[in-house]
Amino acid sequence: MNNFDATYPLPKKYRLHEVCGPGALFFAFSLGARMGGPVLWVRERWQTDRMHPVGFSTFFDARNLLEATAKEQNEVLNVAEEALRSGSVSLVVMELRKPLSLTAGRRLQLAAKDGKTTALALISEGMGSNATETRWKCAPVFDPSDSTLQRWKLTKNKSGTLGVWDVRWDANARRIIVVSKTGE
Amino acid sequence: MQTRVVSLWFPRLASDRALRAWPVDAPFALTLEQNNANRLYCLNQRAQQQGLHRGMSYSDARAFCANLQSRAADVSADQRFQRALARWATRYCPWVGTEGDDGLVLNITGAAHLFGGEAALLSDMRQRLTRAGLSVCIGLADTRGAAWGLAHYGEGCAAPGQTLNSIAALPMAALRLDDKTNVALQRLGLRRIADLAVLPRPTVTRRFGPEVLLRLDQALGDQPEQISPLSDPPHYGVRITLPDPIGLSADVMAGTQRLLEQLCAKLKAQEMGARILRLTLRRVDQTHQEVELRLARSLRDTARILPLFQRGVDRVDAGFGIDQLRLEATQVEALPLQQINHASTRKNEGLDDLITRLGARIGLENLQRFLPADSHIPERSFIIASAAYSAPAGPWVTMRPRPIRLFPPESIGGTGTRPPLHFRWRRMSLTTGRATGPERIAPEWWLSDENWRSGLRDYWKVDTRQGRRLWLFYTPQSPGWFVQGEFA
Repeated sequence: MNNFDATYPLPKKYRLHEVCGPGALFFAFSLGARMGGPVLWVRERWQTDRMHPVGFSTFFDARNLLEATAKEQNEVLNVAEEALRSGSVSLVVMELRKPLSLTAGRRLQLAAKDGKTTALALISEGMGSNATETRWKCAPVFDPSDSTLQRWKLTKNKSGTLGVWDVRWDANARRIIVVSKTGE
Repeated sequence: MQTRVVSLWFPRLASDRALRAWPVDAPFALTLEQNNANRLYCLNQRAQQQGLHRGMSYSDARAFCANLQSRAADVSADQRFQRALARWATRYCPWVGTEGDDGLVLNITGAAHLFGGEAALLSDMRQRLTRAGLSVCIGLADTRGAAWGLAHYGEGCAAPGQTLNSIAALPMAALRLDDKTNVALQRLGLRRIADLAVLPRPTVTRRFGPEVLLRLDQALGDQPEQISPLSDPPHYGVRITLPDPIGLSADVMAGTQRLLEQLCAKLKAQEMGARILRLTLRRVDQTHQEVELRLARSLRDTARILPLFQRGVDRVDAGFGIDQLRLEATQVEALPLQQINHASTRKNEGLDDLITRLGARIGLENLQRFLPADSHIPERSFIIASAAYSAPAGPWVTMRPRPIRLFPPESIGGTGTRPPLHFRWRRMSLTTGRATGPERIAPEWWLSDENWRSGLRDYWKVDTRQGRRLWLFYTPQSPGWFVQGEFA
């Protein structure tokens, strides 16, 4: 089993990563909080689902969040690339609806490298791109005693092994901690 | 040509301005904090008839006149209004200045015939001002001093060359003397200007100094007196015309840099910063190409603004060449000089520039940030503000757990006041594992909201056995169950 601390927060900084599943939003916010600094969130304008700042302020300081709403996916990618290249934010999160083409994925990868910024794409399941550095699948898990338990599965890793971890949010330490498996 | 000067005095400028916006049919006064008390600053005619006067304390005024209506005075808005009136008065003559904080002075020499003579000009002026709801006293004379005296103490018109005759009967205060000198003159029995004019000059100067005779001479025209017109607002535009047309984007950028340096120096001198810049490129075929730059923060730094133009300039079609560049700051904001020290943070500059560049791509209004708002209604517990025109605010306070994601309520067919044990949501069948609640939130009756027509809501946090943690609510007043959010 891979060591969690070696994998999270994302080992190869300045690359493009992907996350899917119902817990993706939580993954993005906890990552943003872990990295510190301003976060740019790019999404399409028509979406009715929206993040709730009062809710995520427990994990992530909403003062650091900047939201950009674009017309369609191409514009989302444009904005994300420009932000990655500028290097003035620490994390760029983009919500994608359509699969990323190989060219687009590679361009984002290069932009992230140029600007020394990490990119995170929130995708639907089975929509992953080959260019991505790691792909995570996050889902909440029912636990009668704990209401922040999540199962994070690393399903693709270009430079390491895969793994599955049960993690929860420690409200006092304000960070992610791994729950040991021995209890089961 | 004989100089002719009109003096306009608005005895109730501040209250007239306030009443223009919200008319009141009662005694009315504006109050201002002066000398450690809330005092009457300006009042309307009905309040004056009740025996109230300026400078009276507001509590006294309320005792005298129970139905007195009042508002707080806004001195800076009054000043702006006076300047607006001065601008309006340039319809009569180009030479308009302000007089104190409640008057205007116009040099109408050679302009009166355009309105059919002086009498017609004055009546036109009075008619328009009265229609605008302003009470006005007008004086017309050969000099500024005499016109001022006539406006304040007699409201008349002195025929050309008849200045002394017209103002002879006015009280001494019409000479714009300070109170102390005025009282001293009264004590000597000099009540009217005529009394002063006949005195031998050396005795007056010896007793009162040069001030009194200076004012008299100014009123009679023996001493000149300036009227300073309002200065034009500074214009933030520069241009460069080229002997030969250019077409390379590097050349255009070099030209833009020269213009920016000039413009930024101008902005710096006025302590202003540009918010919107427009670069107009004139081509040799007399057509124009425009590049507009909306900045996320007011700036006057050439090195920072210039790279932001690059994207716009690259898109310009130069055609047969560009022979004139014109740069204008179409929107400016005050940007005071700041001390630079080692503690000043420069880390946000990059973010501001990024906002500017992204704003040029998708529109500045599509870059937003969240600001906290004071409401229990989940949809209204935050404000979405334009990132360019707001600063991050906080802290965010969460009294009770709130979902990380919100969506419009989605109905699930459930009954009863406890969360349903099994339900279907988004084509998933879910089983309730644990439910926390209820938390009752009542609609805000002072705001009408379509979504809250169904009345009270009892919110439950439901942990399903399948993993998803949802925010459900029950509406007891029109029974039904809905999902509105999802927790982390």
